[in-house]
Amino acid sequence: MKEKQVNSYRTGPDEDGHFGIFGGRYVAETLMPLILEVEKTYKQAKNDPAFKQEFHELLKEYVGRPNPLYFAKRMTEHLGGAKIYFKREELNHTGAHKINNCIGQILLARRMGKTRIIAETGAGQHGVATATVCALFGMPCVVYMGAKDMERQKPNVFRMKLLGAEVIPVTSGSESLKDSMNEALRDWVTNVNDTFYIIGTAAGPHPYPELVRDFQSVIGNEARTQILEKEGRLPDSLVACVGGGSNAIGLFHPFLDDEVDIYAVEAAGHGVDTDKHAASLSGGAPGVLHGNRTYLLMDDDGQILEAHSISAGLDYPGIGPEHSFLNDVGRVNYVPIDDNEALEAFQLCTRLEGIIPALESAHAIAYVMKLAPTLPKDHIMIMGLSGRGDKDIFTVAKALGEEI
Amino acid sequence: MPISRIEQRFRNLKEDNRAGLITFITAGDPDQETSLNILKGLPCAGADIIELGMPFSDPMADGPAIQEASIRALKNKMTLSKTLEMVGKFRENDKETPIILMGYYNPIYIYGVDKFLGDANRVGVDGLIIVDLPPEEDSELAIPAKHADIAMIHLATPTTDKNRLERILENGSGFLYYVTIAGITGSAKPDLSPVKGALAGFREISTIPMAIGFGIKSPEDAARFAEFADAVVVGSAIVDVIKNNLEQENLANSVLESRVLSFVGELAQGVRNAR
Repeated sequence: MKEKQVNSYRTGPDEDGHFGIFGGRYVAETLMPLILEVEKTYKQAKNDPAFKQEFHELLKEYVGRPNPLYFAKRMTEHLGGAKIYFKREELNHTGAHKINNCIGQILLARRMGKTRIIAETGAGQHGVATATVCALFGMPCVVYMGAKDMERQKPNVFRMKLLGAEVIPVTSGSESLKDSMNEALRDWVTNVNDTFYIIGTAAGPHPYPELVRDFQSVIGNEARTQILEKEGRLPDSLVACVGGGSNAIGLFHPFLDDEVDIYAVEAAGHGVDTDKHAASLSGGAPGVLHGNRTYLLMDDDGQILEAHSISAGLDYPGIGPEHSFLNDVGRVNYVPIDDNEALEAFQLCTRLEGIIPALESAHAIAYVMKLAPTLPKDHIMIMGLSGRGDKDIFTVAKALGEEI
Repeated sequence: MPISRIEQRFRNLKEDNRAGLITFITAGDPDQETSLNILKGLPCAGADIIELGMPFSDPMADGPAIQEASIRALKNKMTLSKTLEMVGKFRENDKETPIILMGYYNPIYIYGVDKFLGDANRVGVDGLIIVDLPPEEDSELAIPAKHADIAMIHLATPTTDKNRLERILENGSGFLYYVTIAGITGSAKPDLSPVKGALAGFREISTIPMAIGFGIKSPEDAARFAEFADAVVVGSAIVDVIKNNLEQENLANSVLESRVLSFVGELAQGVRNAR
């Protein structure tokens, strides 16, 4: 047991919030006392049986967990190789994995006595999930969303409004996810006394990457139990898409010390050799932004570049720090999938399995389409189907040249 | 070791029994030539210490005025190297006025910390204010800066208690920058008495000079705070004068430089007449 811990990939972060050289707490001094309080509260909460019980009760009764580990029979036959399972996060209440984390964080916010919630959102899934838990807990909610993203994710904007959230359009910078995060940080520093910031991905200052990962690890823990029930053994590989990387780290983390090949799929936009992509590991370098050191897309002067992906949820020039660590130590393979490949996968999954996936998840499907045919039929693969694609039908219609 | 420019300046201010005026402009705003001219004119106009902003694409602690200044500078191809060159040109004619570079960590990290500190020292930079480096990350830059004889000015805020202040002062040097309100630059006018109370509390712990900034917009504001602070920082209000004197495509009009410098003159008058 001891020997295993020495070689473990699951021990991070250290007490200063570092995963190797990545992570840390690069925030304005005004926020530091609060960040330290979040850390202290989280340490207590995760060892408090009552907190864990309330979290799991809500996941069961409100979110609808456990969701199925579904054998994608037609997809498996079509691709003719590995046996493919989907972890069905898209069946969660609100339609994506984001709600897992929001439940955990709003419980923390309440524990800290905070009375106002803010969040940033790209595709709107995290905004909807945050607005949802705010409705459930009766807390006011402000969501920052890039003006460009509001345009391409109109249904989610309206959902948030119905749920009682105030959606504030962000017109600075590239009008997408990174700018929404800047704006949320500006709000937080101004309203530090009563406000809790529910960060949507496994990034930001310590302890956010850790706590988001822990809340999302329900995905991997369930998948592990389910595959043992169905197949009597662990999978041979895992595949998930990464923007900030919360669904991926949630699926991967419980398997990091097992003999399982792990693939994380970055959004390559028009291609990683162009200036229009969002693949921070394939096309970026280590830098410091939004509270952590991690791989970023930037120019020679350290100015952050605009990311591009057809999927608003992956359209971010950085990635969670634990992914940067897992990349550098070689434990996880980070691979690019471009807009066109994702669109093709979106359609194939819809037709073959009757499941309309989110464009984010379609990136993972596209990599499964590449990888599965090269593998033997007894190879077991689990793919994280992180969200459903209803929100994306307008974007897809436009890309396919259809009017709806 | 000779006494630093920052220390010398605060000694002189103390002898004169007045607070100092610290002025902020963004390097390269609205263009490199105008920005250098303003920089060179600031000491004569009455700036005692100069904060020079290093433009960054994602200035998350700044309000709209300084965000836009960063964007204008970056559009005109301002870089960290050019900011350092600008300081070098300023130093050719001014050996006394302390220059503090203010900004965010990533451009420095990408430039290379050791190379940056070496170059900054060589061109005559006296101190650094890096908004996203709290004491928890002192090993990144604050500690290396000590060895390069560059002051690392730390921030204290309304959320800072006495224990926290001790942590802040561990590797902080030059002076302490007290942020008057919880918020971003260019925000609402701070109330006087909580700021006065906070500074009085801090002075029980430390003798380091204490500057205050955020939300100070007029000569009158500056005067009120200059009564008890060691220095007063004005940033967004100066940047606003730049913005208000731009023609289309962000070109400086013919009176931009003189308007900025005369506003600084008014601020300096306010500060000098405060006690």
